[in-house]
Amino acid sequence: MYQYDHFDQEFVDQRVTQFRDQVRRRLTGELSEDEFKPLRLTNGLYLQLHAYMLRVAIPYGTLSAVQMRMLAHIARRYDRGYGHFTTRQNIQFNWIRLEDAPDALADLASVQMHALQTSGNVIRNTTADQWAGVALDEIEDPRIWCEIIRQWSSLHPEFSFLPRKFKIAVTGSPNDRAAVRVHDIGLRMHKNAAGEIGFEVIVGGGLGRTPLIGKTIAPFLPKQHLLSYLEAIMRVYNQAGRRDNIYKARIKILVHEIGVEEMRRRVELEWEGLRDGRLQLDASVVADIEQRFARPVYEKLPADSAEVALLRFKDKAFGRWMRANVVPHLQPGYAIVNISLKPEGEPPGDASAAQMDAIADLADAHSLGEIRVTHAQNLVLPHVKITDLPAIFARLQHIGLAADNIGQVGDIIACPGLDFCALANARSIPVAQRISRHFADAKLGAEIGDLQIKISGCINACGHHHVGHIGILGVDKHGEEFYQITLGGSAENAASIGTIVGPAVAYEDVVGAVDNIVRTYLDTRNADERFLDTVRRVGISPFKERLYAAA
Amino acid sequence: MPLLKNGRISEESWQPVGDEAPLPSDGAIVISFARFKAEPDRLAGRNAALGVRLKNTDDVRALADHVGRLGLIVLEFPKYTDGRAYSQARILREELGYTGELRAAGNVLLDQLLFMQRCGFDAFELARPDAELVWRKAVSTFAVFHQPTGDGRATILEQRRNALFEQRAQATWSGTAG
Ligand code: SF4
Repeated sequence: MYQYDHFDQEFVDQRVTQFRDQVRRRLTGELSEDEFKPLRLTNGLYLQLHAYMLRVAIPYGTLSAVQMRMLAHIARRYDRGYGHFTTRQNIQFNWIRLEDAPDALADLASVQMHALQTSGNVIRNTTADQWAGVALDEIEDPRIWCEIIRQWSSLHPEFSFLPRKFKIAVTGSPNDRAAVRVHDIGLRMHKNAAGEIGFEVIVGGGLGRTPLIGKTIAPFLPKQHLLSYLEAIMRVYNQAGRRDNIYKARIKILVHEIGVEEMRRRVELEWEGLRDGRLQLDASVVADIEQRFARPVYEKLPADSAEVALLRFKDKAFGRWMRANVVPHLQPGYAIVNISLKPEGEPPGDASAAQMDAIADLADAHSLGEIRVTHAQNLVLPHVKITDLPAIFARLQHIGLAADNIGQVGDIIACPGLDFCALANARSIPVAQRISRHFADAKLGAEIGDLQIKISGCINACGHHHVGHIGILGVDKHGEEFYQITLGGSAENAASIGTIVGPAVAYEDVVGAVDNIVRTYLDTRNADERFLDTVRRVGISPFKERLYAAA
Repeated sequence: MPLLKNGRISEESWQPVGDEAPLPSDGAIVISFARFKAEPDRLAGRNAALGVRLKNTDDVRALADHVGRLGLIVLEFPKYTDGRAYSQARILREELGYTGELRAAGNVLLDQLLFMQRCGFDAFELARPDAELVWRKAVSTFAVFHQPTGDGRATILEQRRNALFEQRAQATWSGTAG
């Protein structure tokens, strides 16, 4: 993973010093809350319903064991002993005191971490495929480019007061696991006819009130021009993005209103002046950054282990976990282990300090000291020897993180919702907990197979409900919590926005409704057909009919 | 309005002239962009310093042919959260080559001074008695920078590249010496 050099370290240290001074001025009343707000936001500090929340950046979702232990320390020392991993591969601490925030940030800086750009109308933490660097289908490791973008976007003097927040995602594989088509800018690496690797640049995707799939603005951008091209897009957006209405301020609305051709024309105009300037990336500098990712050193191992294969059959629980949570690694004899942070009936994405420490120990012992955070709010041990899998499974069972539900009905994404968020219409986490308990009791997870449920507590769509195979959106009906259900959304290659199935249902009826939908699927599917494919084949009518027949 | 110019509290030497007011025959004046576009001949006939005040929605590239004769350009921050003038400033400095005074007006707060300076502003309407002190602190908070702008500071990427070149040069030199 990426190692800071003295420039990177100096930068985060100076940032902490600056924020300490800003907090001091706020506490003495020299700064009003209004003036302080954008300053704390660029340092990841939100004011929530009950307390300050600190959102710490985990760039492109990669963590070392040392960093994970520091997160456990932050949870213990400054919070209530746990943290919440988010859909942007970050972690949030929900109970931080303002006067402690500078110390927490200083602790983080000591292990090369920060909370920069995790909130506010700036370029946010750039996300990538959680299997970057180890996926079988990868063309190039997207994290190098995320890191280059992270550095370029950190405290950018021109783009620190954009019309709205701005999110960039990068995928280095043909199978998009970074949802690049629903980001403000999505970058998809691919090879052109000449065999060179470059970026397809996609602009104006996004969820929220107006879900839109991004449009391709440049089919092939040579790597050395990445930053100048991004700067050109940002400059067009900074000047022309709407500032009169917060709900129309994202770049997707601009692209939608002027059209992608006009957008391209404006961007190319800006780019002309920037392309051959100082933003051009020198191959040696890129190579230097790549080198500081300190590639893992693998052992030469046999591709399979007969022992582990046998155990899969003898120990059913281990077999189920292997099937759901373990995926192939590009290195023979190694595997990628997904750790589900969705134990049945628990809040999705939460981890206690003790669990974080235990995972850090597992990473040190079995995963070359490395951990990933996924945008499905799970964790990954990316470099595990196949022969170590039984030991890891045993340890995960011991710490309560052996749920075998990755990608299944219990692996629900949920935003903080009414329990924490001031904007919420309805609760999200308890809905997720009840759904996951229901299907765990019915022991149906493996039978149902690949099914993504995503829940947002309001139209801001932090839980990405539009792209859930089943999407659940909290709405307010005369002061009561109701939930609108959508079917057929997906953030993968053939991205699609879900279709509303019918009138919203009450809090008490959500679990029943989801159960009803799932049963329609089980009765309708062809042999091995996934939920999403069934919905795409038959449309929503059969689901709708059966769901509302009872009422 | 107190003025901070190149880090010092300065006297205002420019007189704002409204769109309807008669043009004084001498003295440095600032007029709106609309008036600047409307009266090119009368302005050209005047033999004194001229400044223009832009809205943050104005297209600064319309000044491309005129930047040489302008001594002051004022850009506005109606709210500090409205960052359009940062882009205007960089285009003026880095693309159009404007070298006169570039002033930030409106909701100018000390925590934005460094961003403004990096984008090319050298004068600020800053309503604080301790403006000079605040300025010195703001521009010295960071010693390393990521983005290349027209402010002359080397970026981290450039410093890294130079270090790599030096390493390589050293390696070649010791190679030939040995
Ligand atoms: S979707 Fe709404 S309720 Fe949920 S976290 Fe976002 S803003 Fe809050």
